[in-house]
Amino acid sequence: MTAIINVQNVSKSFGGVVANHDVSLTVKPGTITGLIGPNGSGKTTLFNSIVGYHPIDSGSIQFEDEEISRLPVQQIARRGMLRTFQQTRIYGEMNGVENMLISLPHRKMSIWDALKRNTSEDYERADHLLEFVGLYEKRKLKSGDLSFGQQKLLEFAMALMNEPTCLLLDEPTAGINPTLINGLIDRLKLANSEFGITLFVIEHNMRVIMNLAESIYCLAHGELLAQGTPDEIQNDQNVIDAYLGAH
Amino acid sequence: MDQVLSNLSLLLEFPIVNLKIILDGIMIGALFALAAYGLALVWGVMNVKNLAQGDFVIAGGYVSWWLVQHGFPALLGVPAAFIVMWGIGWVAYKLVISRVIERDLFTSLLATFGLAIMLAQIMNLLFGSDTQSVDLGYKTLYFFDGIVNIPIAKLIGVLMAAALATGVIIFMKTSRMGQAIRATAQDARAARVMGIDTEKVYAFTFSLNSAICGAAGAIIVMVWVIQPFYGISYAIRAFVIVTAAGLGNLPGVIAAGLGIGVFEQYGAHIFGISYQQAIAVLLLLLVLIFRLIQQRRNRQVLK
Amino acid sequence: MAKKKIILYALILAFTFIAPFAFPNFGTQLATLWLMIIVALTWDMTGGQMGYNSLGNIFFYGTGMYVAALISIGRVYDIGDYTSAAGGGIYEFTDVQYFSGVFLGVLGAGVFCSISAVIIGYVTFGLRGPYFAIGTLGVAIAAGELVSNWDWVGGGQGISLPGYPGDPDTGKVFFYFLFAAVGVSVFVFVKWLYETRFGAAINAIRDDEEKAEAMGIHTLRYKLITWSMAAFFVGMAGGISAFQLLHFEPLETAYQTIFLGIFMVVCVLLGGKGTLWGPVIGAILFHLFKEVTWNYFLGWQWVALGALIVVTVVYFQDGVMGWLVHKRPEWFGIQVEDKIAGETE
Repeated sequence: MTAIINVQNVSKSFGGVVANHDVSLTVKPGTITGLIGPNGSGKTTLFNSIVGYHPIDSGSIQFEDEEISRLPVQQIARRGMLRTFQQTRIYGEMNGVENMLISLPHRKMSIWDALKRNTSEDYERADHLLEFVGLYEKRKLKSGDLSFGQQKLLEFAMALMNEPTCLLLDEPTAGINPTLINGLIDRLKLANSEFGITLFVIEHNMRVIMNLAESIYCLAHGELLAQGTPDEIQNDQNVIDAYLGAH
Repeated sequence: MDQVLSNLSLLLEFPIVNLKIILDGIMIGALFALAAYGLALVWGVMNVKNLAQGDFVIAGGYVSWWLVQHGFPALLGVPAAFIVMWGIGWVAYKLVISRVIERDLFTSLLATFGLAIMLAQIMNLLFGSDTQSVDLGYKTLYFFDGIVNIPIAKLIGVLMAAALATGVIIFMKTSRMGQAIRATAQDARAARVMGIDTEKVYAFTFSLNSAICGAAGAIIVMVWVIQPFYGISYAIRAFVIVTAAGLGNLPGVIAAGLGIGVFEQYGAHIFGISYQQAIAVLLLLLVLIFRLIQQRRNRQVLK
Repeated sequence: MAKKKIILYALILAFTFIAPFAFPNFGTQLATLWLMIIVALTWDMTGGQMGYNSLGNIFFYGTGMYVAALISIGRVYDIGDYTSAAGGGIYEFTDVQYFSGVFLGVLGAGVFCSISAVIIGYVTFGLRGPYFAIGTLGVAIAAGELVSNWDWVGGGQGISLPGYPGDPDTGKVFFYFLFAAVGVSVFVFVKWLYETRFGAAINAIRDDEEKAEAMGIHTLRYKLITWSMAAFFVGMAGGISAFQLLHFEPLETAYQTIFLGIFMVVCVLLGGKGTLWGPVIGAILFHLFKEVTWNYFLGWQWVALGALIVVTVVYFQDGVMGWLVHKRPEWFGIQVEDKIAGETE
C-alpha cells in the first residue's frame, strides 16, 4: 500500500461556487501530511468530502485502497479514519473522563463487549491520554466549562482514545494559547511516532505546519497549487503569491 | 380484497369517475394547502412545529357552525372564524407558544400536542362528539349524466380558499409586517438588530396562522363534516404537505396540498371511506421515507 | 452509602409485595401504577437517554395487547370464528389453557414487539428530532386505524378475553404481580444498562449524534437495540393489560395515542428526563394526581390533562430530578469549576 488516502480528480461545487476542482493528492501511511491554503481555498470542503459529510461531484476517494466517496460518515469512521472539527465538538455536559470513555473504539467491539462496564484499563488509558494532552488536572470538570483551547486538546485526546489508523485534524492550533503550541506540535509528532497514527492536518499557522509535516499540499481557489516538502513549499513562488493575494 | 378490485375496475370502466375524484380531491386539497401554508409560516418564522394546527381548523369550523345555529348567514362564518381564531391564536401564543420558541423542538411539539388535546376536549364538551356540518342550501350542478356532480357550495368554498390565499400572499409581499415576517424567518437575530420587534412578529404570525386555519375550517364545515377529534388528521396532512414541499416553497405547498387531496380521494374510493384516516397517515410515512432516501443520497439525514 | 441504598431497595421491594394486601381496595390502581412506571421507564430509554422522543411507543402497547390476545385464543379456537362471535359465551377456557395462554401470550407480545421495533426503527431512525416524533406518532395512528378495519382481529369492536378463572379479587392480585414483575425487571435492566459502555454510547447519541457517528459508534445498531428492548417490555405490559381489561378495542384502548401514549411522556418530564429515578417518581406523581383529582373535574378531566401537559412542558421540563440536580449538584457527584483555582493554561 503506497497511499492510505488516495484522492483522485475530486471536484465539488456548492450551487455555482466551485469549492474543489480536480484535486488529486495522496497521504502515505505513517506520515504527517499537511494541507494549507488561504481562506476559502477549499481545505475544509476537501476534508468533509473525505470523511463523508457531503457527496462529491466527480472523482474518487480511496481509503486503504477502498472506494469511500459514497459512504456516509459513520461507515468511514468505522474503517478507522477520524476527524476533529474546526469548531470543537465534545460532550459539554460530561466531564473529561466520561468524554474519553465514550470515545472507546466501539467499532472494534462486539455488542457483548459494548454491554460490559468500562474496565480499569479503560480508566487508566483515559487518564494516561488526558495526562498526555495536559488535561489530567481538569478531568473531573464539566467539559463544557473548559476553555476553547482545552476543549480542543480534549477532542484530540478523544480521537487518540479511539485508536484510529488515520486522523484528520482541522486547524488543531487555532484558538490555542501560543505558549502551548510547541507542546502541541510535540504531542502530534508523538501521536504519529508512538501510536503509529497517520496524520492529515489543515493548518493556517505556517510555523506549525513547517515544523510538523513531512509533505505539504497547498490549495488555492479550490485547485491544487503546489506540493512538496516544507522547504519546497516555502520557496514556491506560486504559494507565496497566493498567500500575498497576488494570485 | 374483492371490493378493492371491483372499485379499481370501476375506475377503468367509467373513466369519467376519475374526473369526479380528481375534482373532489382538488377542492379538499385546496383547504389542506391553506392549513399547510399556515404551518409552513409558523415553522419557518419561529421554528415551532404546531401539532394543534388541525384543531384550529376544526375550531374555526365550529365558530361558523355556531353562528349558523344562531341564525346568522353561513357565508358570514368565514370572516367570523378568521377573526375569532385570530384571537384564540393570539391567546395561545401569549400563554404557551411564546415560552417555547427558544427551546428545543420537541418542547414545542409536545406543548402544541397538549394544546391540541385541550382544544379537542373543550370542543367536545361544548359541541358534543357528533359530526356537524352547515348546509348552504345551494344547488348541485350535474355533468356527464349525473356521474360528475359539483355542489355550488364546494365551488364557493374553493373560490374563497383561493381568495384567502391570494390575500395572504399579497399581504406578505407588500405590507411592512409581511416584510418583517420574512426578514425574521431568515435571521431573527439580524432582524432584531435592524430594529424589528420580533416578539410582535411572532405573535402576529401565529395569530395569522390560527386565523387562516379558522377560515379554512369555516369553509370545510360548509362542504364537509367536522367533529372535535378530526383535528389531528388535519395536522398530520399539514405536516405531510410541508415535509413534501419544504419550507418557504409556496407553489410546492399548493401542489402538494392538491396532490394529497386527490390521493386521499382515490384511496377512499378504492379502499373504502373508513380507511381515509389511515391513508392520510400512511402518506406521511411514505413522504418521510421518500425524503430519507433522497437525503441519504446526499450523505445526509432528515432533521 | 451502599448500605443505605440496599436498605432503600429492600424497603421498596417489601412494599411492592405487601401493597396489594395492605390496600386491597386499590388493587387495580396499584397495577395501573406499575403499568405507568413500565411505560415511563421504557420511554425514557429512547427519549431521555438517547434523545429520540417517540410519540409512538403506544404502538407497542396496542400491538402487545393484540398479539397476546391472539396467541391465547389461537391456541384453543379459530380466531376468525372467535372474533366474529364478539365475546359470545360458547368459548370456554380451562384453567391450564388460560394460564398457559397468559404466559405465552405476554411473552409472545414482548418478542413480537421487539422484532417490530427493529423493522420500524430501521426506517424511522433515519429521522431526527421532530420528524422522528411525528413519524412514530404516524405509525401508532396508522396501526390503530388499520387494525380497526381488520375484521379478522375484531375490527372496530375489538376483542373480548376470558376472565380470570376463580375469585376476581385474586385475579386483581395476580395481574398486580404480573405488572410488578415486569416493572421491577425493567428497573433492574435499565439500571444495569445505563452503567455499561452501551449506556454511555446512547447518551453520546443524545448529546451529539454527528460526533458519535464521527467517532465510529454504530449509531443505527445501538438505536435499534435500545428501542427493541424498550418495545419488548412495553409489549409485555400491553399483553398483561389485555387480560386484565377483559375487553379492548383498537382506537381508545389499544392504540390510545392521546391517553397512555402521551401520559408516558408527561410522567418522564414530570420526574426528570434521562435519569434513573425520574420516570418512576414522575409516574407515581402523575398517577396520584390523576386518581386523586379526576373526579373533581366534572367532565373537564381531559382538558385538565392537556393543560397539565402544557404546564409541565413549558414550566417544569427538567422535572423533579432535574430540579434536584440543579439545587444539590453534590448529591450527584458533579464538580463545579473552582473559579479561584482557575486557569492552568
